[in-house]
Amino acid sequence: MLGYALRRLILAIPLLIGITFVSFLVIHLAPGEPVENQVGESSTQSDAKLRERLREIYGLDKPLHVQYWSWLTRLVRLDFGRSFSPDARPVLQKIGERLPITLLLNIIELAIIVALAIPIGVLSATRQYSTFDKITTIFVFVGFATPDFWLALMLMILFGVQLGWLPISGLRSPTWEYLAFWAQQWDFVTHLTLPILVATFGGLAGFSRYMRQSMLEVVRQDYIQSARAKGLSEKVVIGKHALRNALLPIVTVLGLSLPGLIGGSVIVESIFAIPGMGQLMVQAVFERDYPVIMGNLVIVATLTLVANLIADLTYSLVDPRIRVAARRGRR
Amino acid sequence: MRGFWRAFRRNRLALIGGVVVVVLVVLAAFAPKIAPWDPNRPDVRKILDRPSRIHPLGTDQLGRDVFSRMLYGARVSLAVGFVSVGIATVIGIALGAAAGYHGGTIDAMVMRLVDLMLVFPRLFLLLAVLAFLRPSIWTIMAVIGLTGWMSVARLVRAEFLSLKEREFVLWSQSIGASSFRTIWRHILPNAIGPVLVAMTLGIPAAILTESGLSFLGLGVQPPHATWGNILNEGKDAIEIGWWLSAYPGVAILVTVLSYNLLGEGIRDALDPRLRQSVGRIVSRTR
Repeated sequence: MLGYALRRLILAIPLLIGITFVSFLVIHLAPGEPVENQVGESSTQSDAKLRERLREIYGLDKPLHVQYWSWLTRLVRLDFGRSFSPDARPVLQKIGERLPITLLLNIIELAIIVALAIPIGVLSATRQYSTFDKITTIFVFVGFATPDFWLALMLMILFGVQLGWLPISGLRSPTWEYLAFWAQQWDFVTHLTLPILVATFGGLAGFSRYMRQSMLEVVRQDYIQSARAKGLSEKVVIGKHALRNALLPIVTVLGLSLPGLIGGSVIVESIFAIPGMGQLMVQAVFERDYPVIMGNLVIVATLTLVANLIADLTYSLVDPRIRVAARRGRR
Repeated sequence: MRGFWRAFRRNRLALIGGVVVVVLVVLAAFAPKIAPWDPNRPDVRKILDRPSRIHPLGTDQLGRDVFSRMLYGARVSLAVGFVSVGIATVIGIALGAAAGYHGGTIDAMVMRLVDLMLVFPRLFLLLAVLAFLRPSIWTIMAVIGLTGWMSVARLVRAEFLSLKEREFVLWSQSIGASSFRTIWRHILPNAIGPVLVAMTLGIPAAILTESGLSFLGLGVQPPHATWGNILNEGKDAIEIGWWLSAYPGVAILVTVLSYNLLGEGIRDALDPRLRQSVGRIVSRTR
């Protein structure tokens, strides 16, 4: 196991270097002078001044490999530079205060998705072509096709504006400070309800689909037949023998779907005005705050890499076949 | 081919999806003829009018006809879908074919590149790139295409790995055909089915991405009407004008749903066995 884990870790190093390289290339992607272009009309600084600052920080007039090397050595020391916005705070500090809320949201979403998708998938697989299966299939297709930002707006109109049940922006009410402790917690929960609902919707569709597919494949296996032949009850056959095996591929899918989920925070956080990484990214793009953009990109990609690694290791932990196959050099 | 049609026709949902897609393309193509109003002409006397007989889907904050704007928005969405998926497919085929055909170092390098691209949450990467570029419909098409080729590359590689061992390939190689000719004339035509499916399923993903970017205000810029733009404006009027944000979303939903149904229908009709491989690879890398 340890050998396998070590091998995966070593394989992740080139990817990590790749992340820094791609992010670095992004700065040079724009045709001609990277600094001359602008986003929309909402630029806050004059082009000449911006170019000067970028040149200073990234040494754009030096040869490429020198630029990359100096950027990389600063990255290793976790020095992402300072924000271009008037506060000029260190990028790492800015991202650091926004990371927890994004992580919290994503973890809650993932937990809800997994908790709901597994029973839905199992039920629709064991009752293939039943009414329940058909309804969930429709839900899956609609879930895949629903734009999350539109769903967010519709829910805001319904629950926020028409019914007035839930707050539609931010994390706290303006009166938060004057509330009692439990009222404060409740206030937080009501603020998170809509964003989490929106973010879970699409993911739930995908996961229940995978779970169904995985279960359908497992149920066809010989060992399920023999479990039934032994006279085990259907409950034990499905709930124990089949479910455990059907869950295996889900671990991998979980890891692979993380970039999508984290990417979704961009939209959700912008709409609901939640001060997380996604909102920071959008603000930075509008303000052309390049150090923040680059820092965000590197950190988000690295987080995804780590999450994939954890999923990989979990998978090998729960499925010994992977480790054996890896030792034989098949993977 | 006949077998394909027979199987495809039996799938009613896929047929409906196909018909809707055709209708959308026609509507978009003839938008200037169909649109009852000029999509960009403001009218101060008609600000945020409810849907009525004169304005079937109401008007926006500037008094522009939402229905006409949505017709023009369909052009943007469909064009971005086609072109960006076209770009992604060309890159995907080139890299996937090279990796699958040659194997070895080339294969390892291409697959590591795919892994690398997949580590970046797509929206973050798109935003970072767009921060440096002037957003226009062409940049949007290019960046969506450049960040969306990985599923096609994986798919083509997998097809090539199994096809290159077949007799007709060995035969072509043995009479001295160049590797380009072998790939282009013999292997690729046999791998085109799954690619077609991946393209059909890639278009709706691209449309969702484009409308998301436009919604954030970082996609195709106003006054150009796109579904995402109209939604972006609708966001500021949710308390009075629900129609401004409701209809463009429905349009996106119906379009994406139809493409997905069509794509799944084509896949199942081509070869039911593809159901697992293609579906998995495409949806995992979305």
